[in-house]
Amino acid sequence: MTTTTREIEFRDALRDAMSEEMRRDKRVFLMGEEVAEYNGAYKVSKGMLDEFGPKRIIDTPISETGFAGLGIGAAMMDLRPIIEFMSWSFSLVAADQILNNAPKMLYMSGGQFGCPIVFRGNDGAGGQLGSTHSWCVEGLFSSVPGVKIAIPFDPYDAKGLLKTAIRDDDPVFFLESERLLSTKGSVPEEDYTVPFGKALIRRAGTDCTIVSFGRPLYFCLEAAEELAAEGIDCEVIDGRTIRPLDIDTIIESVKKTNYCVVVDQSWPFASVASEIAAQVHQYCFDDLDNHVHRVNSDDVPTPYAYALEQAYLPNTRKVCEAVRAVTYNA
Amino acid sequence: MSSTTTKTTKSPAQGKVDYDPIIKELPEQQLIQWLRDMLLIREFEVRTMQSYQNKKIGGFCHVYIGQEAVAVGSFAALKPEDPVITAYRCHGQALARGIEPKYCMAEMYGKIGGCAKGKGGSMHLFDKSNNFFGGHGIVGAQVPVGAGLAFASKYIDEVINEGASTRVAMAFLGDGALNQGAFHEAMNLAGVLDLPLVVVCENNGYAMGTAIDRGTTRGDNISAKADGYGMEGFVVDGMDVLRVYADMKKIVDAARAECRPKFVDMRTYRYKGHSMSDPRKYRTKEEEQQYESQDPLDRLMMYLKATTSFSDEQYKTMNKDVRAEVKAAIKWAEQSPEPTPDEQLYHDVFVEEFGPYTGTSVPEMLEEWEKPDSQKS
Ligand SMILES: Cc1ncc(C[n+]2csc(CCOP(=O)(O)OP(=O)(O)O)c2C)c(N)n1
Ligand SMILES: [Mg+2]
Repeated sequence: MTTTTREIEFRDALRDAMSEEMRRDKRVFLMGEEVAEYNGAYKVSKGMLDEFGPKRIIDTPISETGFAGLGIGAAMMDLRPIIEFMSWSFSLVAADQILNNAPKMLYMSGGQFGCPIVFRGNDGAGGQLGSTHSWCVEGLFSSVPGVKIAIPFDPYDAKGLLKTAIRDDDPVFFLESERLLSTKGSVPEEDYTVPFGKALIRRAGTDCTIVSFGRPLYFCLEAAEELAAEGIDCEVIDGRTIRPLDIDTIIESVKKTNYCVVVDQSWPFASVASEIAAQVHQYCFDDLDNHVHRVNSDDVPTPYAYALEQAYLPNTRKVCEAVRAVTYNA
Repeated sequence: MSSTTTKTTKSPAQGKVDYDPIIKELPEQQLIQWLRDMLLIREFEVRTMQSYQNKKIGGFCHVYIGQEAVAVGSFAALKPEDPVITAYRCHGQALARGIEPKYCMAEMYGKIGGCAKGKGGSMHLFDKSNNFFGGHGIVGAQVPVGAGLAFASKYIDEVINEGASTRVAMAFLGDGALNQGAFHEAMNLAGVLDLPLVVVCENNGYAMGTAIDRGTTRGDNISAKADGYGMEGFVVDGMDVLRVYADMKKIVDAARAECRPKFVDMRTYRYKGHSMSDPRKYRTKEEEQQYESQDPLDRLMMYLKATTSFSDEQYKTMNKDVRAEVKAAIKWAEQSPEPTPDEQLYHDVFVEEFGPYTGTSVPEMLEEWEKPDSQKS
């Protein structure tokens, strides 16, 4: 079978996923601030109002609690809402709805009411947006049972994972990076999905395992090239979903490389990286030649000044340093 | 029902009063049924308090005694397919909507036979077969979800079935919940999105120990708030089931016909404390007695006696019957097994099975209902 592919931007991939799912399932609708007439604050939903009309592409007032809760009610009645947060930073005002209601409804109702909803939007530092607008919510939200959390890295995964999210019967937090929206990649013409809980080895290697999600994978892949020149052959794993976490792929890799670095844009304390480190220590204790090293954002509020923000975020240099440090005894 | 500017609360009805003409047309059997429904709630709650004291029920527990007319009268104005949602003071609402008492009681007992297999508890009762969307523990959080029920009802009718909107959602909240942002966001959304939603504030005058005037602006007439959201507001006497029904019928019918939200200041009173540990120091005995003297069960009883042949004898039989029903519910709850960690702890977290999670299934209560009609016994 020959697959025809197209080069598209990350934002087009997100839009194609939503539009295609809306064409195949009338229960799917998109709701959020500026998604309809404005065509999306980041143009992700451009043109969707024209195709689907105002009953399915719905502009809301600036009421995150209100429309997040509304989506949850609609999902309890078996619709398939996609709720866009202009930024996940703004989801904090809807924390009760997204953390107390969506993930617990099925359990609290003893299996009576599920919550098949997708919350999506920008996550992570967008570039000099300062402390309030630069949240990496995965650090906060991934400890809550009952949600699935996906972080796509390229247009192929953006489309395939979002389709899976929309078809999924459980609530999904879909974390997109504003810094990736204009990046390009090829996607197949035909329908496809990317399953949750299946990590992808983006670069095979033998000397050190690097695990990451979303945008910091760029730094990991760049670092891997730099380190290869020094004779350190890194295996870069894209976790794709934090929940479910494909720990098996990580374990298999670490058993081979005996070293592990986790790169995570959220803060270090009680973070995704610390969880993965704990699990790797637990399952690969006898295989490790050093403790797991972590690269996180610094443990301070996100600064505005360019130089400070750059110093604060994970980058290629920090990944290289962590890999050199962890493998010093190789 | 009065307009948003007039004050309500008259002296208690003494037998025959000038009810709305639609009340006179109701069959006697209907009124007797409402009396029984209210009696069932009251008896259920009395036994709930006992069971709580006997440590059979744990956690926080809020009873509905005094407010029975609100649930019974309001739901009588709805159709079975209309979705409803409420806060944590939900036992009366669940019963009035038609859940069997044994499933409620077993839930509070933390048993597998409970409506949520013992995972929800007193504040989180659900009944999908009666379109009862819970029982919600966070003050105000259910109101946006209620807006979602209205949205989905309309969406299913208009977008999926390509017809006209036919359903109305009803969302209840307490007077204390009026001060939560979630309420205001939901009201505004219901207004701008033309949602068929009736928001009913069960105004029992207190949020725990905070009297409404201490926490809420326009506490004397909260229906005035509706105006700010571009919807009609109403004041309803929630201590009289016939008034509740007559007023709510008109309000619900209008919301349905116009596909628009409405707001109701439902004046009521909770006879007991906020929860099981409240000595009620913030109000007077006289005030309590004044409300108890307009008891909704007594008022309906008086009306029945004045206008029909309903007798004390019939009432006694009804009472006996209800007691037996609640007693049987308790017995059933006691005999229902505890949920086992092996089977239940990791069940109903996700629909999908993966890792330690074992998928989901409906509670015993819905097993029969879930079957396709051909397989029903
Ligand atoms: C967000 C939140 N804050 C506080 C509480 C604790 N709490 C439970 S009920 C209650 C009072 C609510 O009163 P009201 O809304 O009038 O309802 P009523 O108890 O009178 O039915 C409070 C403060 C809570 N459950 N949720
Ligand atoms: Mg109250």
